Amino acid sequence: MEKGEPRACRDVIKDNISETCTCQKNFTVYESFEKNVYLYYGLDNFYQNHRRYVKSRDDKQLLGKDDTAVSNDCSPFGTDGEGMVYAPCGAIANSMFNDTLKLFEIKLGGQAEELNLIKTGIAWPSDRKIKFNNPPGSLNSTGAFKNNVKPPYWTKNVYELDKQDPSNNGYKNEDLIVWMRSAAFPTFRKLYRKIDHNMTGFKFSFPKGQYYLEVEYNYPVDSFGGKKRMILSTTSFLGGKNNFLGIAYITVGSVDQLNINQNTPYSD
Amino acid sequence: MAPAPTIIEDFELEVLELVEERSKRVRKRSSGGGGTVSALRQDHNRRHGSGGLRGKVMEGWAAKVGATAGAPLTKPPMTKTTENNIKPQRPSSIYTKLFGLFNVSTTSHQRETERRIMANNPEFNAQFNYAKNFIKTSKYTLLNFVPYNLFEQFQRLANFYFLCLLVLQLIPVISSLSPITTAVPLIGVLTVTAVKDAYDDYQRHRSDSQVNRRKSSVLRNGQLVEEYWSKVVVGDVIRMENDQFVAADVLLISTSEPNGLCYIETSELDGETNLKCKQCLPETEDLGQDDSLIGVFRGEIRCEPPNNQLNKFDGALHWEGNIHPLDNDKILLRGCILRNTQWCYGVVVFAGKDTKLMMNSGKTKFKRTSIDRLLNFIILGIVFFLLSMCLFCTVACGIWETLTGQYFRVYLPWDNLIPTDPAGGATVIALLVFFSYAIVLNTVVPISLYVSVEVIRLWQSFLINWDDAMCYIPSGTHAKARTTTLNEELGQIEYIFSDKTGTLTQNIMAFNKCTIAGRSFGEVIDPRTGDLLEINELSRTVDLSRNPYHEPSFKFYDHSLVDALDAGDRDCEAFFRLLALCHTVMPEEKNGKLEYQAQSPDEGALVSAARNFGFVFKSRTPNSITIFAKEVQETYELLCILDFNNVRKRMSVILKKDGRIRLYCKGADSIIYERLKSGQESLKHHTQEHLDSFAGEGLRTLCLAYKDLEEDYFQDWKSRHHEAAISLESREEKLDAIYEEVEKDLILLGATAIEDKLQDGVPQTIANLAMAGIKIWVLTGDKQETAINIGYSCQLLTDEMVNIFIIDAQSASEVEEQLQKFREDIRNVSATIHPQTNLSVVTFSVYSDDDAGRDNLSDAGEPNGGFALVINGHSLVFALNANYERLFLEVASHCKAVICCRVTPLQKAMVVDLVKRYKKAVTLAVGDGANDVSMIKTAHIGVGISGQEGLQAVLASDYSVAQFKFLERLLLVHGRWSYYRMCKFLRYFFYKNFAFTLCHFWFAFFVAFSAQTLFDPMFISVYNLFYTSMPVLALGIFEQDVNAKNSIKYPKLYTPGLKNALFNKREFFRSAVHGFVTSCVLFFIPFGAYYNGMDQEGRSMTDQQTFGSVVATILVIVVTMQICLDTSYWTFFNHVTIWGSLILYLLLQYFYNYVLGGDYVGALSKAMGEPMFYFTSLLTIVILMLPIMAWRFYWVDVAPNLSDKVRFKQRHDAKMASKRTEHDMHRTPSARRSRRSIRSGYAFAHQEGFGRLITSGKIMRPRNPKPGNVSNGRAASLRPDANKGPVAAPAPSTVEV
Repeated sequence: MEKGEPRACRDVIKDNISETCTCQKNFTVYESFEKNVYLYYGLDNFYQNHRRYVKSRDDKQLLGKDDTAVSNDCSPFGTDGEGMVYAPCGAIANSMFNDTLKLFEIKLGGQAEELNLIKTGIAWPSDRKIKFNNPPGSLNSTGAFKNNVKPPYWTKNVYELDKQDPSNNGYKNEDLIVWMRSAAFPTFRKLYRKIDHNMTGFKFSFPKGQYYLEVEYNYPVDSFGGKKRMILSTTSFLGGKNNFLGIAYITVGSVDQLNINQNTPYSD
Repeated sequence: MAPAPTIIEDFELEVLELVEERSKRVRKRSSGGGGTVSALRQDHNRRHGSGGLRGKVMEGWAAKVGATAGAPLTKPPMTKTTENNIKPQRPSSIYTKLFGLFNVSTTSHQRETERRIMANNPEFNAQFNYAKNFIKTSKYTLLNFVPYNLFEQFQRLANFYFLCLLVLQLIPVISSLSPITTAVPLIGVLTVTAVKDAYDDYQRHRSDSQVNRRKSSVLRNGQLVEEYWSKVVVGDVIRMENDQFVAADVLLISTSEPNGLCYIETSELDGETNLKCKQCLPETEDLGQDDSLIGVFRGEIRCEPPNNQLNKFDGALHWEGNIHPLDNDKILLRGCILRNTQWCYGVVVFAGKDTKLMMNSGKTKFKRTSIDRLLNFIILGIVFFLLSMCLFCTVACGIWETLTGQYFRVYLPWDNLIPTDPAGGATVIALLVFFSYAIVLNTVVPISLYVSVEVIRLWQSFLINWDDAMCYIPSGTHAKARTTTLNEELGQIEYIFSDKTGTLTQNIMAFNKCTIAGRSFGEVIDPRTGDLLEINELSRTVDLSRNPYHEPSFKFYDHSLVDALDAGDRDCEAFFRLLALCHTVMPEEKNGKLEYQAQSPDEGALVSAARNFGFVFKSRTPNSITIFAKEVQETYELLCILDFNNVRKRMSVILKKDGRIRLYCKGADSIIYERLKSGQESLKHHTQEHLDSFAGEGLRTLCLAYKDLEEDYFQDWKSRHHEAAISLESREEKLDAIYEEVEKDLILLGATAIEDKLQDGVPQTIANLAMAGIKIWVLTGDKQETAINIGYSCQLLTDEMVNIFIIDAQSASEVEEQLQKFREDIRNVSATIHPQTNLSVVTFSVYSDDDAGRDNLSDAGEPNGGFALVINGHSLVFALNANYERLFLEVASHCKAVICCRVTPLQKAMVVDLVKRYKKAVTLAVGDGANDVSMIKTAHIGVGISGQEGLQAVLASDYSVAQFKFLERLLLVHGRWSYYRMCKFLRYFFYKNFAFTLCHFWFAFFVAFSAQTLFDPMFISVYNLFYTSMPVLALGIFEQDVNAKNSIKYPKLYTPGLKNALFNKREFFRSAVHGFVTSCVLFFIPFGAYYNGMDQEGRSMTDQQTFGSVVATILVIVVTMQICLDTSYWTFFNHVTIWGSLILYLLLQYFYNYVLGGDYVGALSKAMGEPMFYFTSLLTIVILMLPIMAWRFYWVDVAPNLSDKVRFKQRHDAKMASKRTEHDMHRTPSARRSRRSIRSGYAFAHQEGFGRLITSGKIMRPRNPKPGNVSNGRAASLRPDANKGPVAAPAPSTVEV
């Protein structure tokens, strides 16, 4: 992701992390996608699976059980200087992806129209049900999280992740839940939004045409050689686009190829 | 170090000890001290002529004290020896040096150089702190059990390794896994082992206390009190009764028998069941059984320190100002049983662990199987592999931290204790990661391996214990695995060392056949066809019941002999009359029944045969023998007994009846034939034919002959005999010459054939074991002829053999000469003879009615003929010398059979040890008596024959069977199965753990080498415990390739075990590579499939938990499928465990995650909710399984091994079972095929008989006022009052030769 202007966003936030930087990227969809298209963000060379990273969380806290003390595993993101507990604690939560992605369709006339993106239903139902729960009390600074402070890298508090939808706020926030399910490999993608197919023109597919992506650039990955990507993908019987199984089956020669799904990854 | 000549005598006595100790030392001792030792041995042997070691030992001491030990009873030892005659004090300094040099291991406290004991003076004896009679073989007490047992357990490398891991896991910086993953299995292992150790020790405590609580009568303050054996101390005077065990090594003081004689049976000690005679000092004999008199007996004994020489005792008794030399003749050893002696008193000299029995029992060594050793090696190798992986990860981690990690610190800061500068920080992290990976990857050395191995062995032991096919029905004795850790070694035995008496033979001599005046008796001939009938249980025995003295146990099948006797055949009568008269058996009336006490079972059998045929030996006095010949009493005047010895190989008696003097003689055929009167050619010829035939059947033969003597001649001879008997110089030679003179021009009567009854199935077992490639050595205390005879009858020796080497030299150089000559012979023969099949054809001929694969199966050719080696104990001393042992072993290992005769218990152990050391072969020793204990303990596996009287061998053994024949099943079935199972188990185990653990290694490449585990820690800790252990345990317990019947039928199936073929470094390597490849596929197929995985609703599925769960699940499925492939014998348990562990996996996953709240909750169910999972699984399984299956089918098809073929046949047989009936294997004894060798054994006892005792009258109770009076026709001992007469101190006998 970059900015067409002299300074790329990554350089801007390198100098000042709190500066807001927005960038755009045009892309063309040459063939319309079948229905149910998903928007992913991808990170390269990001070690979400590092041992110290993986364990740096407190599942009890995320279940809303205890807000005053956290496991040592969260260290050094357990408590702040004054002994206030970070909510949520740990390196995983602290490093949560916080870019904001927006998709715009460039209509024939040249005007852009923002695509409606759905931000719920992106996390595993089981996680929402079993692994994440808010502490009792209202989701504000005096209620459930009165003993907590926001993690150092966060710009807003955990109870401010989705102020509109209480069921998607706090620990129950699906963006958080998705992020907290740490990836198996250093190159990974996570579901960011679902395309709302109720929009006109999107009823049956994601039509081909010109689009652009607008990114509110907050998340630095440059220092460790990381990369960020945006992926639009549809799904199939076997999940995402992946030729591996098909090729493998053909190679093994036992079964004919079953399915290869379509998608078009985009990266900047 | 040139020892002074004075100690040579001592040295000789220590030979065995030295040789034993030698084996513990480093072998290199060809020069220096070793040279001295062998020189000494040679020296000593030149000085001594023939005769066994035992004899020599006695002579040696006798020479020193001036008593004639060779004939200790003809001349009672000089009563009051002077100081000079006492053996000089041992030159203790040199002795100690020598002893210390060779006995490094036992210098825990000041070595006792001389033992001083005062009878009935506990205060005096207490100062020396001698060992009590308390025996302790147990290791633990209630108090020290936990610390001591833990200490012992952590001495095992594996346990210690896991303890270290546990400690590492407790360090948070390093810990990549929760400590629970190691703690739970480790505690489990320790507990299981501790429980087993506790149980074992409890058994030892019980048997200890059983022995310690035996009662003994001890004289305390002049009063006899009952005491536990454990309370008996050195210096106590104890009273022993007939048929009682002797509680400790005691010096005999007085006995109930005349002349201070007493009889003991030493079967517990040396395996010999014949009676031995001991005699106390004439001075102490007078103490009788007067408790008050004995109570004040204050004799002081000074004697040698405790040692393990059974036949040696040096010491002196200081009493009432006199010094009396003491030798072995006056010592009763612990473990002996008093026989034919109503009571005796003795002073305890050695007690408890100092007793010769205990000193001889050797140390109990912790035995480990060769697989154990291989495992240790492999595990060491794995640890190195593990460390190198860790090292690799360390380096890689350092690189990653330097290149990426230090910049990634924005999101993942380093721990506080890591230096902040990039280089230093990366280094420290990398070093810590080394340990983290050591923890993560430690499952390549799975702790559960040890538990599983133990469990499998324990269970296999139960299978052995429960096997009804190894139960001896008459006594109801099952085989028993007393050690549960050696089972698979039973499948790898290469050498069997067997005792003879009581193991191969029943120690029952049966009068089987005879030839009288050229006519052979004993065979049953079909009256119609004239064919020879096989004698079996159904054969009708001759009814002898009209004879009031007949014994029901006596069986004879040939009626013609009785008919001949009834018809009054004079030859037959003379034949049995001779048997009834010419012997040194003692009669005894027990419970109104006539019983014989013979020095050798052979002689007893002959006399008993005569008795059953109506010529009953009733009684004897020093001068007479009374028999009932056909119910008519005949009393003969006994003029002379020309006793047996090893050189003469014959014995004669000269008797007078009705004025006629007759000499009866029986002896080895060659000896008798030389002395026959000419002119009996036809008789000689016929008898010889019969002798050959008897010998060919493995019977022991004796020729009988007689001769009438003129009165004048006899008187003349008698006077010359007397002269010779009293001469002081070379008395033996003179007597022999005199005997020789009269024993000539004999008239042949016939010959007897005695069967040394083999135990059931011994020849078949030996033949089958030999076919399996097992070499059988017989180590026996018997004499050479007996041993060779038995060798033939149990088919250890066959007439097909090219040559039988006999080593009987008396000196080291001769032994070497003989050995070298034999080595040449072997080289020459094996260069010219090309082997052809023999026995194997017999075995596999069963297969001939089944066309399939006959040729394939009979590929088990053994070279025809072969060699056998017979060596006697005397030569063995030299052959086991460090200089010659390699040569000896080289010759011996070229022989199909080796027989060592007249060996001592320690020599048995040394022979075993020799083979163990140089052959790297697995050895098994089997025996029944205490004399086999050392051998049993030395061998890799010791087997005791249970159900006999003595328990010593069984107690020391690892396995006990009731009969020798069960060894076949124990080895060929249970041993083979155990080995097969264990190997399969191990191969699979290493495979599954490599497949499991290496996934982490592949994962390391994606997790920045941070030691993040792929799997749920809970999965890691229970993978080996729950998910994959049960099927492989079932495999290890129940697996069999070939059923029991075929295992025995095709003994060649045993050879993979001998060759270590089923599990070795190569096999391990294959399993490891298999595991390696599997882990690779297991990781990368799901990796490819899930790389950008998402579910059908677009949700991301590439998280670490999902991926880990998927790989884990496929792993469990794959290894379970693999065990399905490996299992060739499906039992109910296999099904339950295999399908059960898959179900258990799912259940436990659910339970742990959803009920207990595991971290991985939802991951697996999410994955399994998607079709991708199933496609991935299927793909992985197909990729992993197909090649394996193809590979196996290919090999079974193209190059099947014997096991495959037998299995094929087995399946085939099962189909045909309704049509076919299996023939039982029938083996023709090779001895019947050709009869060339003549084997004659004058198989009497090792020592002289009772001859001198009888004629001297010493053995007789002097109750008859006129001992010489035979006219009343009844011998003294047969008087009704004989047995209940007053047992007062008997007056010394007055009769002397």
